[in-house]
Amino acid sequence: MTKAGIDLQLGFETALQNLGLGAGAAHALWMPLPMLLLIIAATLGVMVMTWLERKISAAAQQRIGPNMAGPQGVLIPIADGIKLLTKEDVLPILADPVLFTLGPILVFLPVFLCYLVVPFGQNLLISNIAIGVFFLIATSSVQPIGLLMSGYGSNNKYSLLGGLRAAAQSISYELPLALSVLAVVLMSNGLDTVGIVEQQSGLGILSWNVWRQPIGFVIFLISALAETERIPFDLPEAEEELVAGYQTEYSGMKFALFYLGSYANLLLASLIAAVLYLGGWSFVVPVETIAALAGIPLDNPFLQIGAAALGIVMTMVKAFIFIFLAILLRWTLPRVRIDQLLDLGWKFLLPVSFVNLLLTAALKLAFPTFFGG
Amino acid sequence: MTLGEGVQLVTFVVLSAMAIGFALGVVWAPSIVYSGFLLGGVFLSMAGLYLLLNADFVAAAQVLIYVGAVNVLILFAIMLVNRRYTFAPLKLGWLRNGVTAVVCLGLFALLTAMALNTPWQLEPIQPTSSVLVMGGHFFREYLLPFELASVLLLMALIGAIVLARREFVIPQAGEGDLSLLERARPQLESESERQAELVSTR
Repeated sequence: MTKAGIDLQLGFETALQNLGLGAGAAHALWMPLPMLLLIIAATLGVMVMTWLERKISAAAQQRIGPNMAGPQGVLIPIADGIKLLTKEDVLPILADPVLFTLGPILVFLPVFLCYLVVPFGQNLLISNIAIGVFFLIATSSVQPIGLLMSGYGSNNKYSLLGGLRAAAQSISYELPLALSVLAVVLMSNGLDTVGIVEQQSGLGILSWNVWRQPIGFVIFLISALAETERIPFDLPEAEEELVAGYQTEYSGMKFALFYLGSYANLLLASLIAAVLYLGGWSFVVPVETIAALAGIPLDNPFLQIGAAALGIVMTMVKAFIFIFLAILLRWTLPRVRIDQLLDLGWKFLLPVSFVNLLLTAALKLAFPTFFGG
Repeated sequence: MTLGEGVQLVTFVVLSAMAIGFALGVVWAPSIVYSGFLLGGVFLSMAGLYLLLNADFVAAAQVLIYVGAVNVLILFAIMLVNRRYTFAPLKLGWLRNGVTAVVCLGLFALLTAMALNTPWQLEPIQPTSSVLVMGGHFFREYLLPFELASVLLLMALIGAIVLARREFVIPQAGEGDLSLLERARPQLESESERQAELVSTR
């Protein structure tokens, strides 16, 4: 995929410049558009996920699930949103007002910042920065501070315990996560997300990283599940022990920020898994091969639009496979204990991911053709 | 002035103000928890300044290591040991503050003199991948410090494990107040050793 696909930014800016605007003004007008689009897309994704969560949970328990609000209950997320927006915003009398308010924002912001580097196509991402995946890991490491802040600011023992647990958990699982990503980076010789996808796009499904990094893939999935605080790793908000952990005292819009942040985080983790291990936007068979077989030139505008649409759909399909898996796991596995959680992270996943990294480096030296020399 | 330059100037002013403001807050905040959180703000604004200098990898590493690890651990420690002490006011407390102020001002003067006297390379550098450049330097000129730092971290890791494996033991009679409340867990005796001990006591 060396030739550029559709470049919306270039088209938009040249169109505006032809209308008589300066280059700077055209760029300034362009910049908010993809950000706005991505925020809307992420929020829509979260709404779909909450609906899916209800429906799949219901199916796992042989219930029907929401069926009154709209066909198949698809309007449930909107009802949710309206409810959360109109609820009273309670500030506990002994809570620290500054930390209590700042906490949810600090939990929510890094997740949306991470969407900057998620690619949906050759040019369909906000910013193809050179340190892509490293930016992602670094930004998501700010989240524990927000969790600690809300846990401490609530002035509630359950909140504090939940916040401390959340911070401990996300520090422990960041290491195996980063090391498994590092193994992928070793193979693609670069940190940018577009490069990682292009390195996998040669032979369609056969060249996806999941075949070359099976251990790293499993480590990534387990650590991502722990980072997003899903069952079986939802100890920070374990309802039998801690009421709701750091979320206990929150209501209304601040609770909505936590809610939105956690689902956006799950969507982000699934998208990253799709990008790192399942070839991102690439189809099972490379689009170039299909075009060559059908005899369509690659610069055909209809083909390019079709390929871009297919890329977005493929990324979302791959991501939603993981979301489905995460929701199914929620109704399959019991919650682990805190000592089991830390044991798994430090004594099993961390050594295994080190071995995986060494193995990848050794294989890269031995078979440079297969492991991206 | 183009759009990019204007944004850079404004960002620089805002980030510097943030860094200085947060740093003053760390020192002046009444509660140590506030100091801890404000320290995170200082680190974040420093990362922003690195970004302005085109050092994207250093900026991300700053966020990952200082905000994501160091600051979280500091907060962790503060929250686990949240005891309130009442400190008696010191005699000659102003002397301590005065000495601190003199030392800080001296350091500031030294750094200012250094910044003014160094011939800085002002022509713009061609943007290259900073990751590759840093990796090359690490494994050529700075290999020894790099390896020494890793050994140091290993020592710290082992030290932490030794400390964490201690268990609380009730002090036995005859031990003075100076002995530690915590000590290493006694080794489990094997069956043969216990038999030998029993025989010797008989």
